[in-house]
Amino acid sequence: MSTSKIAFNRRDFIRTSSLVGGGILIGFNLFTACKPKIKPPVDISKLNFNDFNAFIKIADNGMVTIFAPNPEIGQGVKTAMPMLIAEELDVAWKNVYVQQGILDTENYTRQLAGGSQSIRLGWEPLRHTGATARQMLVNAAAARWGVDPSTCTTSEGVITNGKGETLGYGDVVRDASFLEVPEKVTLKNHKDFKIIGTDAPNVDLDKIVTGKPLFGLDYKVDGMVYAAVVRPPAFGQKLASFDDTEARAMPGVIDVITIGEKARALTSGESNNWTVALANSDKVVVIAKTTWEAMKAKEAIKANWIEETPLESTEYQDQQLLGLLDGNKFETLRKDGDINSAFSQADMILERTYESPFLPHNCMEPMNYFANVTSEKIHLVGPVQTPEFAATAVAGMLGRDVKDVHLEMTRMGGGFGRRLYGDFVYEAAEISNVIKKPVKLIYTREDDMTAGTYRPAIKYRIKAAVKDGEVTAYHLKEAAINGNMYGLIPNFFPAGAIANYQVDVANYKSNITTGAWRAPYTNFLAFAEQSFFDELAETMEVDPIQLRIDLLQNVKGTTDERIEYSPERLENVINVAVEKSGWGRKGAGTYQGFAAYYCHNSHVAEVADVEIENGIPVVKKVTCVVDCGVVVNPLGAINQIEGGVIDGVGHAMYGDLEFSDGIPNSNNYDSYRLIRMREVPVVETHMIESDIAPTGLGEPTLPPAGAAVANALKAATGNRFTAQPFLKFPELMNVSEKTIKG
Amino acid sequence: MPTYKITVNGKPQSIDVASDTPLLWVLRDHLNLVGTKFGCGIAQCGACTVHIDGNAVRSCSLPISSIEEKEITTIEGLSENGDHPVQLAWKEVDVPQCGYCQAGQIMTATAFLSRNPNPDEMEIKSAMHGNICRCAAYTRIHKAVALAASKSSSSKS
Repeated sequence: MSTSKIAFNRRDFIRTSSLVGGGILIGFNLFTACKPKIKPPVDISKLNFNDFNAFIKIADNGMVTIFAPNPEIGQGVKTAMPMLIAEELDVAWKNVYVQQGILDTENYTRQLAGGSQSIRLGWEPLRHTGATARQMLVNAAAARWGVDPSTCTTSEGVITNGKGETLGYGDVVRDASFLEVPEKVTLKNHKDFKIIGTDAPNVDLDKIVTGKPLFGLDYKVDGMVYAAVVRPPAFGQKLASFDDTEARAMPGVIDVITIGEKARALTSGESNNWTVALANSDKVVVIAKTTWEAMKAKEAIKANWIEETPLESTEYQDQQLLGLLDGNKFETLRKDGDINSAFSQADMILERTYESPFLPHNCMEPMNYFANVTSEKIHLVGPVQTPEFAATAVAGMLGRDVKDVHLEMTRMGGGFGRRLYGDFVYEAAEISNVIKKPVKLIYTREDDMTAGTYRPAIKYRIKAAVKDGEVTAYHLKEAAINGNMYGLIPNFFPAGAIANYQVDVANYKSNITTGAWRAPYTNFLAFAEQSFFDELAETMEVDPIQLRIDLLQNVKGTTDERIEYSPERLENVINVAVEKSGWGRKGAGTYQGFAAYYCHNSHVAEVADVEIENGIPVVKKVTCVVDCGVVVNPLGAINQIEGGVIDGVGHAMYGDLEFSDGIPNSNNYDSYRLIRMREVPVVETHMIESDIAPTGLGEPTLPPAGAAVANALKAATGNRFTAQPFLKFPELMNVSEKTIKG
Repeated sequence: MPTYKITVNGKPQSIDVASDTPLLWVLRDHLNLVGTKFGCGIAQCGACTVHIDGNAVRSCSLPISSIEEKEITTIEGLSENGDHPVQLAWKEVDVPQCGYCQAGQIMTATAFLSRNPNPDEMEIKSAMHGNICRCAAYTRIHKAVALAASKSSSSKS
């Protein structure tokens, strides 16, 4: 057993209260669990019970309700986080009921889904909370029996003393609620886990397969009206005037208003952080009795737009980014040794440029939000990954106290980073503030795809020096739009493996709004780097996998604290992938490509198998090996892994959003291609067994997929794909133009 | 506004809406049957799939005026207790990630299996190709369709 390492005072971390009608409520704080790298508040004693955001309720009948604190976007934390609590509480999973927590000012702290961090950061505090609750129940039972608590054991919600007498948790909750929170608790050994490591189906499974209301789009209240918003068609445009005569005469239309001023004030002075798409313009809003009437009347608005800032096209952006790569306006994020001297002494130098397009998020549930702004209260309901931020921003925007905000989270029909940005929350709140009615704002698919916060186009240029058969220098340059790689990314592999190593970044500001997209930066950096290592190996005439393994040896024993990846764990997943994929042992007709990558604290290796069908290379299979530490819920984990791999393959093959004069060239699924069933490869998943604290899975399997496919396509066609999406280059695929439209 | 009489999940309904109103919004806004989802509005993603006389159709692009006397079934009416073999297979396989597209996937799969109870792998892939799952839970969708097929065929034999 291990003692929990909560760094702050336990009494302030957990508080309890008895419930009217019996039972105990245990509140605890999860700020550490829900925000990457956040420090606990300096003076935790100033928090009061109302600041606690997560709760366990144990009823008199022993049933346990866990209020899952983190927003669910499909990554499974609504299932996995409560599993951690239930494990240490020592209850049967079937007796646990999981409910989505509510964010309001009564029980309020950070809640966020992003960066695959929920499980990693929740690992300690969630188990600690469960163990504390268990200990209090044991103490209550021991007191009643007059025995030492240490002589009692628990199993599945039942406490047993040395004489073999038993009490259920429900029998002692009332007593427990009056006890002090224990100072010391012990956590289970991994080998004693009964819930962690077992398959737990999605907690909303029944509701999902029977079509129960769950999502933001499904939320309704009496008297609610619907809003559809007319936004500038092009990034850089602004509303000049509009004619709503026809729209107002249409059935169901209640009003036509404009919004924008308040959201603009909110974001002025900020660059593209927490951005509001098309924020500089006023927007025209049609309010109607039903969704369809709002959407139809929106089409009847005749608006005139003026150009406020230059309208950008993809060719222009490409020139800008290539200009940055050729130029010298870089910021250096990491510099080891002296790359210039290594390049001047090199036997051989390889330089390649890799290019990626903009990508929309395309959550299946289009952006939508409910707001009801009244003089007493601001009621917000819907799918947003950053509820706390949204609540604070709306209060600030409307000049109200944040205590007036009552925010409810719904299940989300996908996130992928799009719902980190609250632009739709601000729009809904501003609309309700004007019309003084409960309103549901709804985006059409066209609105969703054309008013996005896109994954920005990025170009990487990588240059390596080789001398005497060794890689002596590595220079990575990033040219991106609106921002650059951040955090520890410059210290990912091959940082630490090559003596002369430098990462330089540059960006230009575009009026097209951009933001996080599943595995920000690494979603394309992994492709560039892992394609480059294959090219480098080919030039050096060495085995591509051996090259990676040789480089990893240089990192072992490093004292560089910025190096977060483990060379041992990365080497291990590489070796397992080689073994499990039949690498180098496949018969004629199967072409394999390899990639390994560390990001979001997990280590992943993937092998793509490509075969030629009717003269076209087809991705048939991806073998994926993951080391994410302890696997909390294997059933959910495999779903995340498979989804990440297929998503990575799909976007590398097809994902493309170009712009012409500020207008996205695609606005719906007839002009934007997402991977579909017939194109899906078999995904074979292997997870490394581990006792190491778990890390996330929402993102890390996506980045290497594109590189594994590109490396396999090289093997199959002899052609190197340096730009995504691959199907944009039919000449390299030896496929006809006709096939691309699919 | 004209009045339309339709039958949804066995219940007759009378709706006053404009003739071009898609069935999707009649279900969601007027009948409070929100299990049928809005995804694209142009019949490209399959999130809005329902059955009309047992056939899978895209309700987002089907005007209410075109429906007439036909029987409409939505995810809410697929089974009494969520125990249609396809729903059970979906649960057994634990298909969903975000879950948003799954009602549409299930409605496509049930209509397909009723016509082709013993499909091969390629037939399943082709039948499900029209339904987008942005979380890419395709592996499990395929597995669940195959499982539902194998269960219903073994129970008949």
